[in-house]
Amino acid sequence: MEHLRLLFVDDEEELVSAVVERLELRGIDAVGVTSGDEALHRLREERFDVVVIDVRMPGIGGIDVLRTVNRRHPEVKVILMTGHGSAEDSEIGRRLGAIAYLQKPVDLEDLLTTIDRATRSPKGDERDG
Amino acid sequence: MTLPRGILPELSIPHPEEAGGRVPERTYRNLRRVAVLATATVALVPLFITTVMNYLQYRTALQAEAVQPMARLTLNTKRSLELFLSERRSALTFLVHERPFEDLCDERALTRMISNLNRSLEVGAFVDLGVIDDAGNQPCYSGPYELAGRNYADQDWFHEVARFGTSTSDVFLGFRNSPHFAIATKHDRDDGGFYVLRATIDADMLSEQILTAGLNPTDDVFLINRDGILQSPSRRYGEILKPFPMPVPHYSPSVEDVEVVDPFGEKVFMSSAYIESSPFILVHVKPAREAMGRWFSLRSELIGFLLVSTALILGVIGWGSGQFIRRMREADERRAALYHHVEYSNKLASIGRLAAGVAHEINNPLAIINEKAGLLLDLVTVGPESEHQQRLVAAVDSILRSVGRCKKITHRLLGFARHMDVQSETIDLESLLKEVLGFLEKEAEYRNLAIAFDVAPDLPTVVGDRGQLQQVFLNILNNAFAAVPEGGEIAIGIATEGPERVVVTVTDNGVGIPKEHLERIFEPFFTTKHGAGTGLGLSITYGIIKKLGGEIRVDSTLGQGTCFTVILPVTREG
Repeated sequence: MEHLRLLFVDDEEELVSAVVERLELRGIDAVGVTSGDEALHRLREERFDVVVIDVRMPGIGGIDVLRTVNRRHPEVKVILMTGHGSAEDSEIGRRLGAIAYLQKPVDLEDLLTTIDRATRSPKGDERDG
Repeated sequence: MTLPRGILPELSIPHPEEAGGRVPERTYRNLRRVAVLATATVALVPLFITTVMNYLQYRTALQAEAVQPMARLTLNTKRSLELFLSERRSALTFLVHERPFEDLCDERALTRMISNLNRSLEVGAFVDLGVIDDAGNQPCYSGPYELAGRNYADQDWFHEVARFGTSTSDVFLGFRNSPHFAIATKHDRDDGGFYVLRATIDADMLSEQILTAGLNPTDDVFLINRDGILQSPSRRYGEILKPFPMPVPHYSPSVEDVEVVDPFGEKVFMSSAYIESSPFILVHVKPAREAMGRWFSLRSELIGFLLVSTALILGVIGWGSGQFIRRMREADERRAALYHHVEYSNKLASIGRLAAGVAHEINNPLAIINEKAGLLLDLVTVGPESEHQQRLVAAVDSILRSVGRCKKITHRLLGFARHMDVQSETIDLESLLKEVLGFLEKEAEYRNLAIAFDVAPDLPTVVGDRGQLQQVFLNILNNAFAAVPEGGEIAIGIATEGPERVVVTVTDNGVGIPKEHLERIFEPFFTTKHGAGTGLGLSITYGIIKKLGGEIRVDSTLGQGTCFTVILPVTREG
């Protein structure tokens, strides 16, 4: 996983810093931002393999980011996180091609497994049409 | 204003089973009693009145029918008796004026006269003849008895003939000791004295005259005199010369009919007539049970008909009101059950929303704790060994385990909230609305409401939660029901609006909603029925429709009516 670049997005800065630090300890090149806007900005500037993003944030949320990624950076894989277990969001995320939909609080080992799976499988398996 | 009446009972009611809305048994019993009494009165009173009127009319008619022939026969008999007596009186009058005293007072002449009289009259019936002078002595007599030389000066008939010129006596036994009566006529002499020609006739002749009048052999016809003594034998009241056991009828020139109870306790029709120029009264008696035979059978039929009809009516009313009350009760119970269901699911939905909110709020800080503790553990295990390492690892593990427990709890709460979410299924709005109307049709019937149902052909289906959509239309229809008066009109329409939307309209001609209320009608806890409603019905309705991606609108004109419009997206193919 040495070459993997990951963007972690959540409005809780404390969470972002802790997760990023832990991922770096495991040799992943992780970048943390705290808003959808910032995430889109970084995506334009840099190359990422995976985006892990909270569905509900002030301003641009995870679903919006996912749509933009689909349009502009179709090679980037997106993992959604939520603190609210809405089945509708889960369904929309899946339809839009999110790799996974994780319940907060996310276990780091689960996240790593998911990322590992995401980088191996080609994107778009579960996408309609 | 037309907000729902108890459609969404207070949320504080804990469980369907202990809720209000259950109608006590007593109410149904009272209702049934009232229904039976009212219906029975309406049905039976006219029946009784008609039967009593028929009873009286038939009785009067049949009684007249029974009495009239009796009166006619009595009149005929009276005439033939009067003729019989007057013929004999005329014959004697002729003789007494035709012959001088000296000619009459000769036994052989008298004997010849009897024979000639009996020959000339078809029924002669003369037994004897006698001539009596003005002192009452009978010097001459012809007949089977030894009566010559008798004196009649102290007898009533002698006084009567002296005064009136002619006399017909009562029936009596006399010197001969056999029932007979006498007819006498007087001839005034030039010297101021007079003499009398007297004949006697056997009393049996009267009975024969009565029988030959052609009376019905079952009738009892007889003569009495003015003192109430039988002048001919009676079938019911005894032999000749016995007293007649009932009051003597008052004098009347024509036939009199009465209905009396005789000494034997039996009701009889009695027809009577006075025989002119005689002491006799003709009496014709017929027991009512014979005369009114037809009436009695008709009366049994009338009473039987009344009893059978009454039993039938009461049976039908009893059965019908039982059915009526049972159905009403079933409808009430179904509705109460539905209300409880709605109330219960509302409560669960609120709890679900609350739980989801709490879980979400807790999950964020929980995630931070989780990651910070994880980082701490990473740093401790990656870095160089230290004297507190083991204790640190143990402490962090403990934090992580606690986070795990919290996580389980919040996930469980979220799972519960998800369960409360809309369950999507394909729904045919027409059948759903008919189901909801089913809960209200009894009320519509009782209140005589006209409900029009207009469905466009080939209606597409919509996606939604069946229970929630039922609740939506139940709320709207209940508002309409509450707004209209007795006999009001409610129109339900389902139509399409473009290819993607279905429109349901519920229009009533009720009281309408004021403008200031219209703006707030979908606000939670807004109600004009203080104490009667929660003010949640339409706000929940609004929420459900929005959740399904639909719209709800209300238009109203005060005094003219209200129209609710619900627009729902159709099921998308694929």
